[in-house]
Amino acid sequence: MTAPDGKLEVREGVDRETVETVANMGAYKHGWNTEIEMDFAPKGLDESIVRLISERNEEPGWMTEWRLEAFERWQTKTEPDWAMLNITPIDYQEQYYYARPATMREKPKSLDEVDPKLLETYQKLGIPLKEQAILAGVEGAEDAPSEGRRVAVDAVFDSVSVGTTFKEELAKAGVIFCSISEAIREHPELVKKYLGSVVPQSDNYFATLNSAVFSDGSFVYVPPGVRCPMELSTYFRINAENTGQFERTLIIADKGSYVSYLEGCTAPQRDTAQLHAAVVEIIAEEDAEVKYSTVQNWFPGDENGKGGIYNFVTKRADCRGDRSKVMWTQVETGSAITWKYPSCILRGNESQGEFYSIAITNNWQQADTGTKMIHLGRDTRSRIVSKGISAGHAQNTYRGQVAMHPKAKDSRNYTQCDSLLIGSECGAHTVPYIEVRNNSSRVEHEATTSKVDDDQLFYCRQRGMDEEEAVALVVNGFCKEVLQALPMEFAMEAQQLVAISLEGSVG
Amino acid sequence: MALPQAKQDATDARLAALTMPSGGAWITQTREAARARLADMGLPGRRDEYWRWTNPATLNAPEAGTAALHAGESEMLFGEHDRLTLVFTDGVLDTAKSDDLALEGVEIETLESAGAADIHWARDVYGQLEAVGQSPVARPFAVLNTAYATSGLVIRATGKAAKPIHIHHARSEAGADTMVRLAVRVESGAELTILEDGPAAARMNMVMEVDVASTGAFHHVRAQGRAPERRAITHVFARLGQESTFKSFTLTANGALTRNEAVIEFTGDDAAAHVAGACLGDGKDFHHDDTVFVTHGAERCESRQVFKKVLRNGATGIFQGKILVREGAQKTDGYQISQSLLLDEDSTFLAKPELEIYADDVVCSHGSTSGAIDEEGKFYLRSRGIPEDEATDLMTIAFIAEAIEEIEDSSLGEQMLARLEDWLARRRGD
Repeated sequence: MTAPDGKLEVREGVDRETVETVANMGAYKHGWNTEIEMDFAPKGLDESIVRLISERNEEPGWMTEWRLEAFERWQTKTEPDWAMLNITPIDYQEQYYYARPATMREKPKSLDEVDPKLLETYQKLGIPLKEQAILAGVEGAEDAPSEGRRVAVDAVFDSVSVGTTFKEELAKAGVIFCSISEAIREHPELVKKYLGSVVPQSDNYFATLNSAVFSDGSFVYVPPGVRCPMELSTYFRINAENTGQFERTLIIADKGSYVSYLEGCTAPQRDTAQLHAAVVEIIAEEDAEVKYSTVQNWFPGDENGKGGIYNFVTKRADCRGDRSKVMWTQVETGSAITWKYPSCILRGNESQGEFYSIAITNNWQQADTGTKMIHLGRDTRSRIVSKGISAGHAQNTYRGQVAMHPKAKDSRNYTQCDSLLIGSECGAHTVPYIEVRNNSSRVEHEATTSKVDDDQLFYCRQRGMDEEEAVALVVNGFCKEVLQALPMEFAMEAQQLVAISLEGSVG
Repeated sequence: MALPQAKQDATDARLAALTMPSGGAWITQTREAARARLADMGLPGRRDEYWRWTNPATLNAPEAGTAALHAGESEMLFGEHDRLTLVFTDGVLDTAKSDDLALEGVEIETLESAGAADIHWARDVYGQLEAVGQSPVARPFAVLNTAYATSGLVIRATGKAAKPIHIHHARSEAGADTMVRLAVRVESGAELTILEDGPAAARMNMVMEVDVASTGAFHHVRAQGRAPERRAITHVFARLGQESTFKSFTLTANGALTRNEAVIEFTGDDAAAHVAGACLGDGKDFHHDDTVFVTHGAERCESRQVFKKVLRNGATGIFQGKILVREGAQKTDGYQISQSLLLDEDSTFLAKPELEIYADDVVCSHGSTSGAIDEEGKFYLRSRGIPEDEATDLMTIAFIAEAIEEIEDSSLGEQMLARLEDWLARRRGD
């Protein structure tokens, strides 16, 4: 197969370049840690810790009360056990719930004042914290695609936001992009109105815990009719040991606005498992559109299943307004445990929800992930494309719900979930719930499970690729539909991650 | 672990209302063990994962409730077939209306007589397949049946059965609550077909265990009673040996509550199992639930699940299906499809088609769709002069046909189709 430009095309959509990129990669490359002095809250969790977090964030009284209420509810709840996950019991008293770099004690006024060590951390991770005036596709775009386009970044280090870039320029467009702690102080009316309106304070065990102890996260407000001039991004880094990260993200897209939001995350390689329980709430008003893309690359644990992040995330979008649209795209390659179901409540008439997911598990990783599409308004549309890949001893479950309520007339859902198994000791599971309560709506669900096709592998190997390369190629082809839904720079990173995550799974 | 209070209460109340039948050593032992298992697991509740969509309250209740016996309901199906007919009236074998328990290639005995013996081959089937089928999901009504079934048959096919065995579940005006049991063993190379029909009871609990040895073949065609008020909970447990075949088809029309569970396990390589169901539901008080678990524990086995539901006037249809492929069950071919046709805005279709796979060299797929009748297809028919309701019926028949085609014997398939057409014609007359 030769493409018209003479470049060897190994498989549709995957060219030689990809193969080379794949070949040049190593194993988990974000496993290093930053030696930095930290302020910790005392280990364990009680009311005083909740108060302390609230105090450190200089929060108003109503916020403290809100947290305490959540904490009270959390104590009455039990951990959910319905997921197909085998979780070593978590000792919630053995965690630190707040960790802040000592140099962040005094809030830096701008990025120039931030501890260079912290900035270096992000540089090393390839996260552009310098505001660069490069136009898309002009300078250096080919060798550093992630810096070629302008992306505003909110960088979160353990429990605090280190800094947010491009704030002024965004402000000119009327877009508010800051850390959630800052939003609570500066824009209490917005936070009060929307926080907990999509994921209620005591929605589920982990969301309730988050409501009580979230320390930071990002806040986005896009005013009516504004198309956010650049992509927004949050980068989460867990650095300290035995520290849970609990971030809270709130995105509000007012009438007729548009925003694309990216989320990335990594953590150092450690022997002990670490807890991460996040909540993301999205509100899309009339005619608003939100794209939310995640590349989740927390430390997955080593090849013997030691360590790694326990990732319990509640992500939900409320398509409140008519014709609103939310698109979730996720590439889940990291974490020892993933428990995550980004969902859409399609309340507005003609609103749309989309979910594109790649979940890769290798070694002893376990993922139970999927989505919920709750159709309440008429003429609502949803589309789910999920690709699960299992290798080693990993277990990968797609769990989803599609509900058509009686009033959701003339709605449509299409679901496709495919699983790929590599090796005979892993598992791939599909648990969809389909609830149709009116007849003008159409629901279609398809799922397949298969292994990497021997013929395809043979074809690649015949052309001189080694087995791992060949598998990476086939897998990239399998994931193509989802990779294409990602913003460009993320797609590159994701494609590389797909290969890294599967390293050592063949043979 | 102690049961939740509501569950404990429901279980206690039901058990208190039942008396264990007497029998020989082997069956008494099995029954007592089942009773103990039931006390541990309790009867189901709405909070149980596999009962989230079907309320078990009326199946749990000590009182069965009543269901009027409708005209024409007792009519016997399969009349054109050469068959051995055995009639159960109110859950007890009615020898006067039945043929003799004699059939070439098959040994047939009543449960009462087999149970009276101190030792019997049925001991390796009765309650055994059911017990295996309790993991990973409990099926309490099957356990209840193991402990308390008063009547039934034990059947052993040793060769190719000369004709099908037809079990007709008749009832008297008073017939309220029945618990019937079949324990079937199909020996190596043997073949057997069982047909079932009849109004049965206001509430029926039926369990059939089928143990198919290597190269054996078992066929099952069932038409469930038509009374709108009746309730039924049925279980089929099958264990399939090497190169064996198992096929089961069920047609359900009407019924306030029907739950048909099929639990199939492949223990030998190269076997095949097809489970299919067609259901026609009309009215708010129609609730139909198909719960199917297929476990692939051997290599190169093929399983198919084909379920179709036509629902209208507020009817509810449920499909819960699972294909479990165990580690090492390579070259498995698993297929599952569940579809519903909703004829109006009020009906509900709930589906949970699951895959759980621990082997890599397999092909498994499932599909589920739900929607209204295809307007284009209907328009095509109407443009050729077919009246609207007839066009709807034709489209409905075409939709259901895929499930009926799963029946191997085409003459039996035609009978099922005739029954479907009957139902549609009666509905049109409404």
